[in-house]
Amino acid sequence: MMKRLSSIYLWLVYAFLYVPIGIVMVYSFNSARFATNWRGFTWGWYAKLFANRQLMDAALNTLTVATLAATLAAALGTLAALVLHRYRFRGRKVLHGSIFVLTVSPDIVMGIAMLMFFIALRIDLGFLTLLIAHITLCLPFVAVTVLARLAEFDENIVEAAKDLGATESRAFRHIILPLIMPAVAAGWLLSFTLSMDDVLISFFVSGPSFEILPLKIYSMVRLGVKPDINALSAVMFTLTVVLVLTAHALTKARRK
Amino acid sequence: MQKISSRFVRTSIVVVTLWLSIFVLAPQAMLLIATFLERGQQDFLTTTFTLGNYVRLFDPVFLLIFWESFRLAGITTLVCLLFGYPFAYILATSRRTLRPWLLLLVIIPFWTNSLIRTYAMVIILKSGGVLSNVLLWLGLIDQPISLMYTDFAIFIGFSYTLLPFMILPLFAAIEKLDMRLLDASKDLGATAFQTFRHVTLPLTMPGIVAGCMLVFLPALGMFYVPEILGGSRFMLLGNYITNQFLMARDWPLGAAASTILTATLIMMILVYLRSVRASARSGEGALEGELLSTEGA
Repeated sequence: MMKRLSSIYLWLVYAFLYVPIGIVMVYSFNSARFATNWRGFTWGWYAKLFANRQLMDAALNTLTVATLAATLAAALGTLAALVLHRYRFRGRKVLHGSIFVLTVSPDIVMGIAMLMFFIALRIDLGFLTLLIAHITLCLPFVAVTVLARLAEFDENIVEAAKDLGATESRAFRHIILPLIMPAVAAGWLLSFTLSMDDVLISFFVSGPSFEILPLKIYSMVRLGVKPDINALSAVMFTLTVVLVLTAHALTKARRK
Repeated sequence: MQKISSRFVRTSIVVVTLWLSIFVLAPQAMLLIATFLERGQQDFLTTTFTLGNYVRLFDPVFLLIFWESFRLAGITTLVCLLFGYPFAYILATSRRTLRPWLLLLVIIPFWTNSLIRTYAMVIILKSGGVLSNVLLWLGLIDQPISLMYTDFAIFIGFSYTLLPFMILPLFAAIEKLDMRLLDASKDLGATAFQTFRHVTLPLTMPGIVAGCMLVFLPALGMFYVPEILGGSRFMLLGNYITNQFLMARDWPLGAAASTILTATLIMMILVYLRSVRASARSGEGALEGELLSTEGA
């Protein structure tokens, strides 16, 4: 009895989480323009979506920033995890402190802090500021993922490599990096997703000249419900599912 | 832990430390300093010291916004906890082979763009929307209703977007729980409620606090949820801060309001650290480890 109730409760919550998104996806194929009832199947909204130049430009910008931000965050985050895990140095406290601040400060505060910073330094808001903000946002996610991997790492392997004459950087390249690669890759994927989905920080640091998808969606949603938003939401949701599944597969491979 | 010997390591340390100092610590420090400066005509800020920005926040209008935001964020957090805890418990005690997949079903909405999820709620709640149609069909109402532009809509929107943020840390805490302790408590004659109250609850407290933080803080900051679901009638803290920066151009006031937000957060972290110490777990980076490992789970 208890077990029955438990699983009913479980699936009710899942329904709460998935039904709204599911409805959006179903509606993205609905040929009715305003009505919420079903008027027949169509690919039309997707065609309209992919024919919208501005939107496609914004999508391209989003993917460019997400790819670059994820890659640079993966590099910096891995280095941060490595030095935090293996070495004692004077900047350690600064490093820990900033990762702590990054983790706990609300996105909106981070967004406005960066906005003020960029404006004070007279850096024009646009691609560069967005990229910097996203790298910074993603860095701790990579660092923590890689740190978890390093924690179960056998230090003796590196010692062996050094005894055989490897320098620190060669040991990193040939021993440590291959072993932590799944974690780095998972960190990359999570960073990519994070960058693609961020609204709050992008809202403050992107500027009018460089448009990205989440902010496009924001201005579209503010103007009301339109079927092409359904299609766009469906595309972005599907992309998120693929990315999360891949990251999940990578972290699972790690645990084996 | 080793001494630094090579140029590669030294370069890495310098690059990473510089990046974080410049793009994390410097902006945050600037924000804090700005709260003590007067507003400028041309440059947003002057170099005159003042406490006036904090005084200005004692305005009844702001206090009302502050109170409303905390009330809504608080209710959202409480409801997410009440619904999330049993869910996380069932998840954490489910069959081992099934568990990763069930967990994955929570992780996917966790990573889905919150704007898209807010938009999905518009589809459900708007006049002639899904909920209205379902209620009509059930005969519970006789004409289409709209739940949009109410504080209920904002609350539902927050709960919908933030529930996974509550479940994941709870799950992590409950999964770590040693079930033998519960058996021991039962063997010693405790009722189910006593066991929960004195064993399960204290041991999962770090997860509860982490989950509450991950729900409460975004609920204060995500300005687009009240804007989309509540309309312009509802001004919450996130909207207020955003407006000071983008519309009113009153940086010091906006900065002071966000500093209050951060101060609240620090108070919550202190509570968290105490609960961590209570369960005898400590160590450098425990909090960010806890928060981030569940986010990237």
